[in-house]
Amino acid sequence: MLFELDEEKRLFRSTVRDFAEKVIRPRVEELWEGGEFPYDIVRQMGEMGLMGIPYPEEYGGAGGDYLAYSIAVEELARLDGAIAITVEAHTSLGESSFYYFGTEEQKRQWLVPMAQGKMLGAFGLTEPEAGSDAGATRTTARLENGQWVINGTKCFITNAGTEITGGVTVTAVTGTKEGGKKEISTIFVPNGTPGYTIAPKYHKVGWHASDTRELHFDDCRVPEDNLVGVRGQGFKQFLSILDGGRIAIAALAVGQSQGAFEEALRYAKERKQFGKPIGSFQAIAFKLADMATNIELARNLTYKAAAMRDAGMPHSKEAAMAKLFASEANMRNTTEAVHIFGGYGFMNEYAVSRFFRDAKILEIGEGTSEVQRMVISRALGL
Amino acid sequence: MNMVVCVKRVPDTAESEVHIDSSGKGIETGKLSFRMNDADNYAVEEAILIKEKIGGTVNVISIGDEKSDEQIRMALAKGGDEAVRITDPALEGSDGFALAKALAAAVKGMEYDLVLTGALADDDGCAVVGVALAELLGVPHAAYVKKVEVLEDGKRIKVGRELEGGLMEFLEMDLPAVLTIQTGINEPRYASFKGIKAAAKKEIAVKSVADLGLDPSEVGEAGSWAVLESFSYPVVGEKAEILEGDPAETAAKLAAILKEKGLV
Repeated sequence: MLFELDEEKRLFRSTVRDFAEKVIRPRVEELWEGGEFPYDIVRQMGEMGLMGIPYPEEYGGAGGDYLAYSIAVEELARLDGAIAITVEAHTSLGESSFYYFGTEEQKRQWLVPMAQGKMLGAFGLTEPEAGSDAGATRTTARLENGQWVINGTKCFITNAGTEITGGVTVTAVTGTKEGGKKEISTIFVPNGTPGYTIAPKYHKVGWHASDTRELHFDDCRVPEDNLVGVRGQGFKQFLSILDGGRIAIAALAVGQSQGAFEEALRYAKERKQFGKPIGSFQAIAFKLADMATNIELARNLTYKAAAMRDAGMPHSKEAAMAKLFASEANMRNTTEAVHIFGGYGFMNEYAVSRFFRDAKILEIGEGTSEVQRMVISRALGL
Repeated sequence: MNMVVCVKRVPDTAESEVHIDSSGKGIETGKLSFRMNDADNYAVEEAILIKEKIGGTVNVISIGDEKSDEQIRMALAKGGDEAVRITDPALEGSDGFALAKALAAAVKGMEYDLVLTGALADDDGCAVVGVALAELLGVPHAAYVKKVEVLEDGKRIKVGRELEGGLMEFLEMDLPAVLTIQTGINEPRYASFKGIKAAAKKEIAVKSVADLGLDPSEVGEAGSWAVLESFSYPVVGEKAEILEGDPAETAAKLAAILKEKGLV
């Protein structure tokens, strides 16, 4: 059993890496400092088919699989996590609700332009008082004269406020189930709908160029047909969407780790103290050995979860394990990378400082480490 | 317009240390990554641009082992139609002239109006193959081409050649012809995922020297004009003298040294 990618995947990886090196690398610092959303890079990624990799060509996608998609996210994150999360949130969250649960008409109207990269998609789950406890959702949607009337607030929503955002798919309470439980459904709200306001961009610790917003719905009305999937199935739907998202977030963590590791390895060979490169000291060499080992493990687990998803196998546990391990390893790896750079690692000019600041969110977003451990322990029958 | 593009797999040595291998005739490749020769990448793009503009076919040829399939498929993924890989142990030790013989034999079996190669390979830097190929095919060539314009009848082209000092020389040529393409002539595209998927399924015809109608003695060291004896590292100078003083003084000192050593 050899863990080798086939030729198609190798070619695809080298294409995305080449693109990232030539187009993204020269822009990394500017994107970090200015925090401007990189419309031109997104357009180019759309032309290459990177904005809808795992969706069929008939819906504007590239007709690839989840493994190919994970490889692309990893390669983008190796240089710039903000660009990688833009692709990830768009693909795993924004587009997937239409692809997996949308009607044919919704797919034609929304998934196609999104997969072609002409329109960005967003998914609104988190609320100020409903994070890991998604059941605590307060946003409501009531049906009135053939329209959903939505009220509530969503926070930390990626891709919601760009000039090319098509809209956001939100989870909302649409009633009460037997036994008093909340009935949750997902509804698509196009940007520009009256009653839907988008707050200015957050000032984030990392991922400066990605678009993250707070969203407000105040008697916001959309047609009844904007229900995505089945009424009352919203909870089940987003749990299945998050399985895929976790694999891609794991890939993003692998990419960011790889980027920080390459910086640290090069520096350890160049930087001299006591007359020798610091990498020749066991204290530093062993740090790099551990980083390389963690990356290898995280990557293998991520690819395994992606391959299981592609094979149609149950993969909730593996996706949670990949996300948990890759994001926590990334936090350790980027901390060590900064340490290897010493004082320089604390300076914004050095890439490792950016990788360090981009790391923490991966232990939080799309399910905290605690939630991943809950998913894994439940799969163990606990 | 029927076009043929020749591509070569080369080691990426931009950020790696290069070490001579134990044979003394090659470099250690174990830790190096490989890619398509830079100028060849521009040649592929130019062919695809012409195909997109006026129609036609782009055939890809490479000499190398099965690892070269990766570079061939990248050219196919960007818009190439068919591909031939020439693989034969007899090619070992070939110089640019012998390689051109193998390529010429392959190209002769195809319908072609235009053959494009990179102007220079990043590994050996000989800049011989394209020009030798034109001679062997008996067609005109232009080297270091930085502009190609297909003239209206499609039987002639206008090319701009890069000269020193940023000058361009413009020529009109009859087809068929061979062009060696200089980097910077265009902006090579990135293959789309769709293109890669299609390319991964395409057949690459593998041909031996005999398949091309050549005798093994026509290639390899036996068929070469130049034989590689060995690589060596540049000798580190024993002594360096820094001349001091104003420019007139240092020039006079330098002239005296050159005269004394009998170099001028």
